[in-house]
Amino acid sequence: MQYAAPTTVDEARSMLADNPGSRVFAGATDVVPQMRSGRPEPSVLVDLKRIDRLMSVAHADGHWTIGAATPTSELTHNGEFAAMFPGISEGAGLIGSDQIQNRSSLGGNLCNGSPAADSVPAMIASEARAVIAGADGERTIPVGDVVTGPGQLSLSDGEFVVEFEIDDAPANTGDAYVRTTPRTEMDIAIVGAAVRVTMDGDTCTDARVVLGAVAPTAVRVPDAEAALVGSSLDDDTLAAVAAAASAAANPINDKRGTVEYRTQVAGVLAKRAAVLAADRAKGMEANS
Amino acid sequence: MTATENPKTYKWVGTRPIRHDGYDKVVGKARFAADLNLPGQLHAAYLRSPHAHANIVSIDTSAAEAMPGVKAIVTGDDFPALDITDPNHDVSINVLARGTVLYHGHAIAAVAATTKAEAQAACAAIEVEYELLPVVLGIDEAMAEGAPLANEQNYQKFVGPTDPSNIATHTPLERGDADAAMAEADIVIEREFDCAHVHQGYIEPHACVVDTGADGKANVWASSQGHFMVRAISAAVLGWETSRIKVTPAEIGGGFGGKTTVYLEPVAARLSEKAGRPVKLVMSREEVLRSSGPAPGAKLRIKIGATKDGELTAIDGWMAYQVGAYGDFAGMVGAMSVASYKFPNLKLESWGVLSNTPKTAAYRAPSAPHAAFAIESVIDDIASELEMDPIDLRLKNAAVEGDLTAMGMPHPRIGLVECLEALKASDHYQSEPAEGAARGLAVGFWFNIGEQSSATVNLNEDGTATVITGSPDIGGSRASMALMAAEELGIDVYSITPVVADTEAVGFTDVTEGSRATFATGKAVVEACRELKVELCRRAAQIMGVDEDQVAWVDGAAVSPGHGGGEGGEPLTLAAITAQAKRTGGPLTATASLNAAGAGPSFAVHCADVKVDDETGQTEIVRYTAVQDAGTAIHPSYVEGQMQGGSVQGIGWALNEEYIFSSDGVLMNPGFLDYRIPVASDLPMIETIIVEVPNPSHPYGVRGVGETGIVPPMATIGNAIKAATGVRMTSLPMSPPKVLKALDEAD
Amino acid sequence: MSRTHITCTVNGEATDFLANPATSLLDALRDELGLTGAKEGCGTGDCGACSVLMDGKVTCACLVFAPEAEGRDLLTVEGLSSGDGAEGDHLHPLQQTFLEGAALQCGVCTPGFLVAAKALLDNNPDPTETEIRYALAGNLCRCTGYDKIIRSVQEAAVQLRSAT
Repeated sequence: MQYAAPTTVDEARSMLADNPGSRVFAGATDVVPQMRSGRPEPSVLVDLKRIDRLMSVAHADGHWTIGAATPTSELTHNGEFAAMFPGISEGAGLIGSDQIQNRSSLGGNLCNGSPAADSVPAMIASEARAVIAGADGERTIPVGDVVTGPGQLSLSDGEFVVEFEIDDAPANTGDAYVRTTPRTEMDIAIVGAAVRVTMDGDTCTDARVVLGAVAPTAVRVPDAEAALVGSSLDDDTLAAVAAAASAAANPINDKRGTVEYRTQVAGVLAKRAAVLAADRAKGMEANS
Repeated sequence: MTATENPKTYKWVGTRPIRHDGYDKVVGKARFAADLNLPGQLHAAYLRSPHAHANIVSIDTSAAEAMPGVKAIVTGDDFPALDITDPNHDVSINVLARGTVLYHGHAIAAVAATTKAEAQAACAAIEVEYELLPVVLGIDEAMAEGAPLANEQNYQKFVGPTDPSNIATHTPLERGDADAAMAEADIVIEREFDCAHVHQGYIEPHACVVDTGADGKANVWASSQGHFMVRAISAAVLGWETSRIKVTPAEIGGGFGGKTTVYLEPVAARLSEKAGRPVKLVMSREEVLRSSGPAPGAKLRIKIGATKDGELTAIDGWMAYQVGAYGDFAGMVGAMSVASYKFPNLKLESWGVLSNTPKTAAYRAPSAPHAAFAIESVIDDIASELEMDPIDLRLKNAAVEGDLTAMGMPHPRIGLVECLEALKASDHYQSEPAEGAARGLAVGFWFNIGEQSSATVNLNEDGTATVITGSPDIGGSRASMALMAAEELGIDVYSITPVVADTEAVGFTDVTEGSRATFATGKAVVEACRELKVELCRRAAQIMGVDEDQVAWVDGAAVSPGHGGGEGGEPLTLAAITAQAKRTGGPLTATASLNAAGAGPSFAVHCADVKVDDETGQTEIVRYTAVQDAGTAIHPSYVEGQMQGGSVQGIGWALNEEYIFSSDGVLMNPGFLDYRIPVASDLPMIETIIVEVPNPSHPYGVRGVGETGIVPPMATIGNAIKAATGVRMTSLPMSPPKVLKALDEAD
Repeated sequence: MSRTHITCTVNGEATDFLANPATSLLDALRDELGLTGAKEGCGTGDCGACSVLMDGKVTCACLVFAPEAEGRDLLTVEGLSSGDGAEGDHLHPLQQTFLEGAALQCGVCTPGFLVAAKALLDNNPDPTETEIRYALAGNLCRCTGYDKIIRSVQEAAVQLRSAT
């Protein structure tokens, strides 16, 4: 196995094209355990962290641009970002310990392909876009279209995520991500739920509900969103949100949780995330 | 906080000096086994079974032998076949399988190569042909009539000639007439419990470096709870005389019972012998979880009868412990560990049952936590049925000196009542639980053991001292040894260097287990110091020119009527005497070896306040107090540390830790991500109350404190969950999915 | 297999070493540089025993490929006791409070805790108990139940604040 640390996207792109069996990585927090558990070594391990574009966070022209390899600790410590997207920030902040946070990245968390990835539901709820570089140049697709199944991506060989774009949240909008884990830290979500709502006074005018760890990929829950829009998040609405989330869950039994538990708790967390997001939306000043 | 009933006052015992081995550990200099490298050293790796139960039809190592860097390969054929009656038979076939693999991860072969990667690659190239056998995983399944055998070489112990069996042991204990007492009881509660396998979870994986020379002698550096044990088992497995092996104890990175046996050393010794080079063998975390010894899983049925005024009149218990792929004694201890209450009528039986899972090993008060989880849960339900304070119910029935354990042994002086009273008087118990929280408590007991220890104390020429023992220090015992020696000799604790010496530099010493080091090895240290004091007085008499019987040892100095004994003059300090050792008879040194009797049992009472999220089943510990009788706390900080560490291991066992096996016997969570030991953010501070009811069988009243702390937490938390939700949890771990399910079923 | 030449700063000193690309930084520190203070407890980033600072950020050395260290500034537990302006092997306040507070039993997790706690206090000189617990959640200790570790970090924070 060889190690390479390109400093530009173009350099990385040609390395990947020239070396079949090569693989990009950012923090290696998933790559190392996978290699230790017997997954074959790549021919070339392409370290993306020396490419400035992948290691930067910028806010301009009404949207954020987040380098795909940027450590999540930089995102969670970015006060302006965390204020606008507390849900994405808290999702990113749950990926692991401080040690992991200094290595983990939105790009890595997404491209590991785990349905339990903590930063993904809130990114989907804010309609984040992934900018993907490949042999033929760059393309931009919704984050929700990157992962197609556990460990499965829509990316072709030689493609990698360069950065994420997230449009500024509209006025009176809040997001939230909550998850359950057996421990308070150092754990993989048994269930995760992200909700983003826009409020007009006490009335919800727009909503996105996304669940993690209850299906082969993170899933949006249109029925829960429909229940929220036009409501004041009264008890009946929240019950409908919970029921819709549980109905949308299509989980598996594994060492982390049962079908029964995941299905039930998906509803609980969707409800809790909705309340938290709405509270934030109501407390949040209009974004300029 | 210390609730002291110990009337003695000491100068050093009971103080909190910085531990002598501490400096090396905070600057990164302490040498654990994996930190050692020898010139020319090879790295070894294992081939392990991909099946939970199979016959090995053939092993072909020829391709592996031809691979780059490979210097030696061993299989079970490289070791003598021990007779089935040999006490080391099971460990010898656990170290490397012979003919049959008994669990997933069972070692089959090992390779030594220039690098670890080369050794691993060569392992993958070893070809093994298997013939699959039925896999036995559950207790009911193993005990069923006509069940397939988990291990065709297992015979039930203590029953005379018998056919191979899935039963390791059957231990019935009885006194009085439990059936009649149960029929007369005002209240009878019976429940069934189950407990998953758990692992000790020491942070340091097993590791050793072995250099077997052309002279046939092996130098072993190992991380273990007993280097004499490593020597003995390695010698037995290799078929060597003990004198061929020298074991030097490395610092040990946690053991908790899991390092009281051997996995690596004889294999590394044989590889080193074959290759003619030193061999380093280190387990990965995955290997530790798959292939070292976890604690048993268990299934228990407990029935307790009581009068309406809260007298516990009878207990009837059935306990089955899943001991893994080999006959083990773990199943016997469950029934024997019932000792906290008077129970005039008692009928208990415990079973050790085999399965195609790793050979279990000791884990802190082995087998007692399971039994206490069940019994203390039922007792709590009796208290709530009778509307009695759970402490008062326990106080009413608590065992005191002279009461019998389930084994029929009368308790010596014990401190259970004192522990219960200390909790009752504590700030924690006297305060209301925080809003939304509810409280539970439970009692724990552990026997503690004595066993064999040796100590040598050398007085240096300047009056400092070296205290040499053979007990690996797994929790601060060097500091305890130095404190007891300082107290005896009357010199500064920092003038004493406590050392854990190799197998050729100190007398035989049993494993650091059974909470015995400070008790038994400490006793040997005290005996050696007392012998030295006699000699110091003799030397002082020579120097002073008085008769020996005129000299006494007071506050670290020899005193006679003319020398500080009331008629002026100065006492002769220890340093003044050692300075003149050469002309008064030579070096001052003493050795004591003993087989210590009278390890005082240690009782504990724990109290937890928890909040339960009734929508997710998550339990949060908001306050936790551990009360324990230490006899005398030699170094209170490390007594507290044992209590806190035991509590938190128990909290992990209670809430989240479990071995999850697939239906074909593969461990599904072989890492610290999914084998979830508690992290700092899961916990509150662990408040401690040390009770001191001195053990009459130790010169300073020491009772071992290492193990009891893990016994009460599971029932403590289960009882708190019951108080919070009204639901009795009967299955460990009480993980969020199980709690939520139980809450839903109760609705 | 060709070995890569890596140049970096370790505990304040310019250092270079050779390593295979697949070698972890942890193995390189331990086996190439003889710095065995950082331990491997899991090899998967789940226990924190291998914590080191890389450009001031706490990281599991087991998850870093050795070549990634090129040009980086590394601090291991061996470097904790120097560089504070004091001469000799003056202990860092965390090392001293860990000793005095009995925050270690077996000591195998201690180097990782000390490094992670330093990273915390460098960024947050006055953390709450909860902040300390979360900041150290990536470091497993099986002996102490964490109580004395948390208290020792609290005490070190007090000392460091009063020293500045």
